[in-house]
Parts: sequence; C-alpha cells; structure tokens
Amino acid sequence: MSVGELKVRDLSVHYQVQHGGGHAVLRAAEHVHFDIPPGTTLGVVGESGSGKSSIARALMRLVPAAGGQVLLDGQDLLQLEGAALRTARRKIQMIFQDPVASLDPRMTVEDIIAEPLRSFCPEMDRAQRHAEVLAMMQRVGLAPEHLRCFPHEFSGGQAQRIGIARALVQKPSVVICDEPISALDVSIRAQIANLLRDLQQEFGLTLLFIAHDLATVRYSCDQVLVLYLGRVMELASREQLFANPRHPYTRALLDAAPIPDPVLARSRKAEPLRGEIPSPMNPPSGCVFRTRCPIAEARCAETVPPLIAKRPGHEVACLLD
Amino acid sequence: MDPTAPLLEVANLSVEYRTQRGVVRAVGGMDFTLAEREFLGVVGESGSGKSQLLLALLGLSAPGAAVHGSIRYRGTELVGAGPRALNQLRGNRISMVFQDPMTALNPYLTIGQQLVEVLRLHRQLSRADARSRAAAILEAVHISEAQRRLKQYPHELSGGMRQRAMIAMALVCEPEILLADEPTTALDVTVQAQILTLLRELRERMGTAVILVTHDLGIVAELADRVAVMYAGRCVEDADVRTLFADGQHPYTRALAASLPRLEGPLPERMFTIPGNPPNPARLPPGCSFAPRCAYVHERCLLAPPPLTVIGPGHRKACYLDGLPPIAGAP
Amino acid sequence: MTQAAASAATSPTSAPGTPGAAAGSSSLWGDAWRRLKANRAAMAGGSVLLLCIVAALVLPLLSPYDYYTLDWNHLYQTPALGAGWHWLGTDALGRDLLVRVMWGCRISLLVGIVASLVTVIIGVLWGTTAGYVGGRTDGLMMRFVDVLYSVPFIPFVIVLMVLFGRELLLIFVAIGAVSWLDIARIVRGQTLSLKSREFVEAARVSGVGGFTMILRHLVPNLIGIVIIYSTLTIPTVILFEAFLSFLGLGVQSPMTSLGSMVADGTSQMQSYPHLLIIPALFLAAIIYGFNYLGDGLRDALDPRDR
Repeated sequence: MSVGELKVRDLSVHYQVQHGGGHAVLRAAEHVHFDIPPGTTLGVVGESGSGKSSIARALMRLVPAAGGQVLLDGQDLLQLEGAALRTARRKIQMIFQDPVASLDPRMTVEDIIAEPLRSFCPEMDRAQRHAEVLAMMQRVGLAPEHLRCFPHEFSGGQAQRIGIARALVQKPSVVICDEPISALDVSIRAQIANLLRDLQQEFGLTLLFIAHDLATVRYSCDQVLVLYLGRVMELASREQLFANPRHPYTRALLDAAPIPDPVLARSRKAEPLRGEIPSPMNPPSGCVFRTRCPIAEARCAETVPPLIAKRPGHEVACLLD
Repeated sequence: MDPTAPLLEVANLSVEYRTQRGVVRAVGGMDFTLAEREFLGVVGESGSGKSQLLLALLGLSAPGAAVHGSIRYRGTELVGAGPRALNQLRGNRISMVFQDPMTALNPYLTIGQQLVEVLRLHRQLSRADARSRAAAILEAVHISEAQRRLKQYPHELSGGMRQRAMIAMALVCEPEILLADEPTTALDVTVQAQILTLLRELRERMGTAVILVTHDLGIVAELADRVAVMYAGRCVEDADVRTLFADGQHPYTRALAASLPRLEGPLPERMFTIPGNPPNPARLPPGCSFAPRCAYVHERCLLAPPPLTVIGPGHRKACYLDGLPPIAGAP
Repeated sequence: MTQAAASAATSPTSAPGTPGAAAGSSSLWGDAWRRLKANRAAMAGGSVLLLCIVAALVLPLLSPYDYYTLDWNHLYQTPALGAGWHWLGTDALGRDLLVRVMWGCRISLLVGIVASLVTVIIGVLWGTTAGYVGGRTDGLMMRFVDVLYSVPFIPFVIVLMVLFGRELLLIFVAIGAVSWLDIARIVRGQTLSLKSREFVEAARVSGVGGFTMILRHLVPNLIGIVIIYSTLTIPTVILFEAFLSFLGLGVQSPMTSLGSMVADGTSQMQSYPHLLIIPALFLAAIIYGFNYLGDGLRDALDPRDR
C-alpha cells in the first residue's frame, strides 16, 4: 500500500551537449534535496534555466539522472529497471505543461485516459476500463459525450482536465505537476488549481507543483522550494517563505511579481534584479546567484553555500544569511 | 496629418475573418481615443481580440480580414489606406513590439543591420550616422557594449536583451505611438520587471504614447494610465487605472481581478474562479458574450449585447446592470 | 461536484470548439476529407484514377476481344467506333488495342500499388525502428540505407532480371528493393521529431514501451505523411516499370503494361501514331491522377493547417 512519501537526495541531472565545436556538460540540476511528506504539496519555483523541468523528468525516469537518490516509500526509483520500474511507475504520475501537446492527437479521449489502465492493470477488461474512465472524467468535470472526441476539439482548460484524468485514473500516490496552469488562460487557472487541490484531498495525493511564479504557489502548496540555475536556494514551509524570505533571490522574485493593485504597484521601491541568468554550461563559481545578487561579496565566489536549516523547516543556501 | 488633431481615435472598429466554419468576429465595435503621452493598457484573455486589435491599428491584419470602422491618426484615416501611406507610418510614427523576439527579429541579419534598415527607411541618414544612432538607442535601452552588439545576431543575445533590441528598433525613429503585444509574456519574471521598468523610463523620457496589450492585470496596474478590458472582441469596461481596480463595474473585470492569486492578503480555502471557458470567436452567443459565465446574468443579457455607456468621468462599461454588489468570496 | 466543474462540463456555446457539437465528425480524418473534397484538382485527379481503375477492371470483361488473340485480317487498324469494330484499333499483330490498353492499365496499376505497398511497409518499419531506438542502432540502420542509395538502380535491376528471368513478381521485388529508401529516411525524420513530443513522454509515463509505443502512438501519427508519399511513390514506380519495359526488361509478352505498349508504339509512331498516343495518354492520365491526388492529400493532411 503506497503512502506516497517522496524523498529526493542529492539529485543531479546533466546533459551532454554540443558546444563550441566539442562536447560539454550542461548541469541542469545539482545536488537537489527535499522531502515531501505524504499528502502534502511541494511547490518548486524557478525561472527558465532553473532546472525544474529537468528534475521533474528525472523523477519520472524520462531523462537519466547523473547522481542521487529518489526514494518513493523508501524505494530508490533511480535504481530500478525493467519490470520493477514498471511497477513503480504505477505510483508516480505526471501532468504536463502544454495540455494539448501532451495528448496524442490521433486518439480519442477515452483511449487517452484508459492508456495507463491498459499498461498497469492488464487484468481489467474493456468494460471495467470504460467504467473507470467514465468515473474519472466525471470527477474532473468532463461530460460523457467527450469520450469519443479528439484533443484538438478542446480548450486548454478542458485538455488539462483530460491530462489530469489520465494521470489519476489508476490511482497513483504521487503526482508531478509540471507547470500545469502556466499555459492556460488566467480565468481558467484558478479552476484547475482548485481542481488539483480537491483531488489531492480526496485521493490523498502527494504533489510536486512546479511553477514559475510565487503567487500561484502560495495558494496551493505546503512547502516551497526555490531553484536557481539548477541549485536549491531556499526550502521552507509556505508560511515561513512568504513571511520571512531569507535568500536574496527569493526576495527578488517576490519583488518582481506584478501586483494587481495600482497604488501598491507604484509605491514599490525595489529595484529590479539586474542582469540575466548565466548560461548553465558555464555557471559562476561558488554561489551561482552571485552575478546578480545585490549583496554579493568576494567570498561568494569562492565557496558553494551549503543548504543549511536556519530554523526548523527553513533551509537557505547563502553565506550571508 | 494634422498635428493638432487627437493622437489616435478609433471608432467602431471591427475585424472579421471568413473561415470554413463561418465568419469569425475577432474584434467588434471598439471605440476609444489615445491622448498624447498616454499609456493605455488593454487587458484580455485568448479569444478577446486584443492582438487582432493591435494588428488592425497598423493595417497588419491577415489578408482576407475585413476591417471596418475608423482609425484616425492625427486626423488621417488609416482604414483602407494604401500600403505606401501605411509604410510611411510604420516604424516611424507608430511602431510595434511583439511577444516573441526570436520570431520577430530576422535571424539572418545582425541587430545593427536591422536597426539601420529602419533608420534609413524613414530618415535621410548616411550609414555612419545611422550606425551611431543605432548605438545610441541600444544604450538607451541599457544594452551594454552597444558597438559590439550591433554586429551580433539575434540568437547570440539572451531573451531579455533580444526584447530590448526589439524595443530599440521600435523606438529608434522616436514614434508618437508604441504598440506592444504582450512584450513580456515570454520572459522570466525578473527579466520582465527589468523590461517594464525600461518601458516606464523610456516613455517618460521620450513622451511616447503606448498601447500595451496583456493578460496580466499586474502589468497594467504598474504602468498604465488607463485600462480597457476586452472580452470576445469587445471592450467591456474602460477607466483610468485606479478607478478600474478600486471600483470595477463590469462583472468580468471584477471576477478577473478576484481570481488572481495574490502574494499578500488572506488566503481563502479555494481560489475564486470564473466558471466556464473563454469565448470562441467563431461561435459567440447572441446577447452579451460574457453572459454564460456571469454571476449576475439576467434575461435582458441574452438578447442583445449591451452598448458601452459612460458611467462616470472617463469610465465606461458595457453591462445592463446598475452597479454591482461586492462579489462573495472575492478578496 | 463544484459549481465550477459542473459549468465547465456543460458550458455549451462558449467553449472553443465545443466537442462533438459540431455538425458532422470532427475527427482529424473527417477534417482532412472535407478539405480534400474542396480541392478540385485533387478530386479531378482522383476521379480520373477511379475511372481508369474501373475501366481497367470492367472493360476487358465486356469486350468480345482478349489481349492475346492474333488477328491477321485486321492488322494495324485505326480506331473506329461502332459495334463490332475495334474501338481503339489494333496493333501490329491484330490484337485489340482497347483491351490491351486496359490490361496494360491493370498491370501498371498492380505494379504501382503492390510495389509501393511493399516499399511503404519496409520503409516505415525500418524508419520508425531506427528513429525510435536511436543511438548506434539508428546510425547503423541509416548507414545501410546510405550504402544502398549508392547502388545504381538500373544496372541492379537489369542484373536481377537477367539472372532470374522476367517474372512479374520479380519486378515487384526489384522496384520495391530500391524505392523504400526514401520513405525510410522521411519516416525516421518524422519519428525523431515525434519522439520528443510531449504526448510520447506522457505515454512513457503511462507505462507504454517499445513496440507498443511505435504501433500505438508513432505509426498513426505518421500515417498522414506515409499516405502522401505513397501517392507520390506510385507514379514513380509506374514510370520505373514503364522505363524497364522500354528497355525490354518489363513484363513478358503477350502480357503487357502501358510501358511496353509505349515502347512498341514508339517504333511505329511514324506510320501508326495511335499505337503510341493511346497508351501514352492513359499512362499520363494515371500519373497525373496520382500526382494531383497526392498533392491534395498533402494539403488536406498537413498538420500545420490544424
């Protein structure tokens, strides 16, 4: 019986790429470390190049990990192969960023949602699968007449519901959500965020919710992880992160977020963060954030700041904290 | 062109396309004016017609689009104007910044070549003068090492820098109006903050009027003087920015603002949502397009679309309801 | 169920592309068929083809003549309509031209379609496997294709014909053996790009692997391209066979193909032009038919249009 406890230890994801005439290593994620207690949600926030998608794909064994452990209910997913891996895949599923692109354009909705059942529950016959699919569709807010329709007929929000139904149809315990609402219209995002929250409570799911903005994460997550250039900058409970952000990058993200209130927005004093994210092929020495950090000192270039718990449940990787 | 006439007056502008599935009305009956130095934010989701509106202003709608109504730039009518007349304006008096700099910049030309092209097209400048002007505008948009950048190709620049380069191209001839179509949507949050600050600074320095189209209410809150909210091709509310946020009178405006996640303030159990889906421009309902999703829908709303009526100084809305009570559950 | 979910489920008119509510099917095939019907050139090409196929199948059954009986009394007859006459004339040996041309169509179409089928099957399997497996296997498989490309086709086929005789089956094999290379390359390229699409990742996450992935996800998404290239391969194959016949290596007499008839007709064209013109016209009609249909299919199935 899967509890859905996910512990990630020292996870690194590297890619071999062509660069400047030769081969180079792209360090997409380095030494990433977090725990997700069962039934809770971890929000992973980062901009482009932060490695959040690479981490998601490494957790799902879609790309190889360069090192570390991914412990799902105590079992290291990175060490599994073949049949054992297939069995483990039942427990951890994924929802993708582009809802329409993640659905096979040539398959009907019913076939799409039933596919995990065909792979993981071979003992089910067609009628049983049909019943399960119908039940899950109702649960996510799709009507039975959508069964025979094709992905291109749906709006983004509806397509994401199909993706959610597919991910949950065979009752996994952990779901990795890779920016599930970024590609949706603003008025639809709240619908899907609420749906995920409801489903989590109903099925007791453990969620890893990847997003690029902190405001979304504030609603849906119990814990928040902030990533920059593949490294963890800060890991804290939601309350602590928003009340007391300790890492300069977290503070910069909070400051940069547009505020839908003209009075507040215009009275904001903070200067935007200068520069842009460095190339992951050539990360800065020491603390990778130092090239843009407003308070960087000389020693930030010499040592990689370790992730230390400043208070229980609040870890920060900064030498100056 | 009459320098004393209002900068931009749009009256009853509509853009329609014929497709296999019938007539698609991307924009219907838009009315607004843009004053000098004014920053107008146009907010809408997909299917709202906001991008089509901008394209129509510069005569860039797809071939086969039927553009009706009137767009007067300093008294000169732009709808139906020939390509030569429009080309004189584009990049020169009215220019545009697009969402994705990678596709909007020519990958085969250097930044310098693209800037010089715009300059020499509209100003009688020697190559040397054009190059120094190009370097100057790059510096104005805070691209460091301007001389070196002039020789670089778009793919050699980072995303934020490409966007700055595009802004530079748009502003190099010091236009009176800058149109921006979701200029920061493809950028990281921290880079977006830089670009928005840049836009504000440039606007103050150069006195350009701006029409910025976005789906993000936070951006208009920060930069705009006035905001127009679009839904299904029509303007449903327009007001100065403070009034819109403090006292939005259209149910969609209120609901949109209420459904945004906030960084501060109380955390309700569930996020406030707008039920239903954004409209399909090919299949709009008779009556108010927002009616299927509106919490206050009335019978009257289903019969004919409400006209845009003035409800206060500089404040118009398109809704049959008289005043709105606060929405339950909204922050 | 929450109010939001309920309304999302039942929102009728405001949902973009309300599924199923549109008149007629909205499947990708349905859309493509509609687009194809609207394309007049493609429909004309398709109709001409259909006409040729029906004629080739039916007319020989209706005609009192067959394709091999010699009639020394009626050599080199010119076309003359009317009961009892040879409608398209006769050839050098008195055989009825109409029936021979119809048989020629049959053989040309048969060779075209069967050889293309063989080509497509080999090419698709090769290309999808190379593309999906990737890595060194892909490298090896495609180098093999490159090597075969460098083999000169005509001498290769000639050698086969000379060694094994001029069997119809052998012609299929020979043509098929050289034509699958193009499709393999195209399919491999498509597979590579499909592999990185999100729905393939999603399928992997759903536990789909290996051969099931290829058959369930890759092949259906490749069918569009494969159909398009097949309709363009068929005329190439038919022409190739015609060329072989022209060289004297095609089907054996008295069986004939359009190519053979064109070859025979060329030597007589000064005195009896109808022997050349009529089979050439039919050959051209078939080729044009396939080409226009192929073009129309490409436009109808082009994924970018969606």
